[in-house]
Amino acid sequence: MVPALELAERGDIDYLVFECLAERTVSRENLSRSKNPDQGYSPSLHARLRMVLPACIKKGIRIVSNMGAANPLGGARAARKEAADLGLGDVAVAVVLGDDVSSMVKHKPELRLIENGEPLESILPKMISANAYLGADVMCEALNTGAPIVLSGRVADPSLFLAPMMHEFGWAYDDLPKIAQGTAAGHLLECTASVTGGCFGWPGKKDVPDLANNGFPFADVKADGSVIIGKTPGTGGRLDVMTCTEQLIYEIHDPTAYITPDCVLDITGVSLTQEAPDRVRVANAQARPATPTYKVNVGYADGYIGEGEVSYGGIDAVARAKWAAEIVRERLKRQGFTYDDFRVDLIGMSSLHDQVDLRPEPYEVRLRMAGRTPDRKAAHAIGFEVRAMHMHGPGGAGGACEPRVRDVLAVKSVLLPKNLVNAQVVVEGSL
Amino acid sequence: MSVRVYDLAHARAGDKGNTSNISVICYDAKHWDFIERELTPERVAEAFKHLAKGPIKRHPLRNLKAFNFVIENALGGGVTVSLAQDIHGKSYSTVMLAIELPDPPK
Repeated sequence: MVPALELAERGDIDYLVFECLAERTVSRENLSRSKNPDQGYSPSLHARLRMVLPACIKKGIRIVSNMGAANPLGGARAARKEAADLGLGDVAVAVVLGDDVSSMVKHKPELRLIENGEPLESILPKMISANAYLGADVMCEALNTGAPIVLSGRVADPSLFLAPMMHEFGWAYDDLPKIAQGTAAGHLLECTASVTGGCFGWPGKKDVPDLANNGFPFADVKADGSVIIGKTPGTGGRLDVMTCTEQLIYEIHDPTAYITPDCVLDITGVSLTQEAPDRVRVANAQARPATPTYKVNVGYADGYIGEGEVSYGGIDAVARAKWAAEIVRERLKRQGFTYDDFRVDLIGMSSLHDQVDLRPEPYEVRLRMAGRTPDRKAAHAIGFEVRAMHMHGPGGAGGACEPRVRDVLAVKSVLLPKNLVNAQVVVEGSL
Repeated sequence: MSVRVYDLAHARAGDKGNTSNISVICYDAKHWDFIERELTPERVAEAFKHLAKGPIKRHPLRNLKAFNFVIENALGGGVTVSLAQDIHGKSYSTVMLAIELPDPPK
């Protein structure tokens, strides 16, 4: 939280972008909204805006965010109330609507799921949400209203950053070199600290100074499409060609064709140059025109995951943990419980990379067992039986956790022709 | 004599759905050709055979001294349904870094 405030106060920026939606966040917020129609935006919106609004309003920094999640209008009302409570008066919010395409795709059961080629019909009965990844065009339209805050639901991450550039410089989608540069910049910024030394350091190999005080990045963009990535002055962390390269390639899959709603980005020609300490120039991003479709994330309920953990230490710790796992499996089987997927981990040996038989035995291990099932009782039984190893299992079990059960909110995706999606902007408050 | 990927390159792993995406970035551009020759998709598949079904595709990024490995069917069905602790497979970068390459460059 603090790095965002430092960026607003000391970063000499014109726009502050909060990218806050993971893959299934919109589904989760859709469930919140179905319980309470005022909810459904990111619950963190209150604290985040309370923190940065005074500095942003004072300095004329405009806020762009997808924190509207499943209820951008509700989020806008909450944002305006925060501003009023802070004594900042009537702060208008431009709201981007239209990403929620759930009622439309209900009538398109024939759409194919990208992940497995099955028809959408296969998950429609369990669907919770369907949201198109909107692009920078409608975010730019929202910025054109002049509202100090722009709030959306699902928008592609780089598009949140590209929109202010299109707005400031009048870039259009057919100006591909600039759209490419702006999209590359957005991709570099979207994971904040991951480009400034977070998710990077390695002691003695890739050292990062003062990582606890890691600063957030900004992009210094010119109308001609030149981009320099920098970070808040006076903060820790590290911003150089290495950190930028890791983030540039991150989750991009085919580097000649990173598809966003705005373009198809090609990063293979990109050059990164250290211009000054903590300043890296990004050049030569290329792009082809955008595809005619939006990617739509479809969230659906897919049963439950249950899990439990218990620890073994000292002599024969691993043998006792393995024995306990067998006992738990047998006890679950005897109760008639079955699972779509089941997993046994020995934390300390095999919970990350498997191959338990190849690993050296540690002094202590923590047995973890997890299973997925449509039956909530079966999910709960896993943690219950693992905890029961205190009483019913091998000797010397310690520290079992309470049984854990969580709802599975699964996400799959389809492509929807852009012309079927009605993205639009409404303004809450007076301009 | 052998080297590990770790000795010549750094890496970061990310995810989309059930697909893992792992970059391999040379510290020094002069090792790019060696990595290209030795860190084949087949060798990576061998290192990940217990974690991922594949297929595996390697994308070259010579300009960035890097490669991007895209490994399908790698994340226990995908972040949202996986039973793993590391549902995103972020720690998979360390599996990549541990791969031994037989012919160290001079």
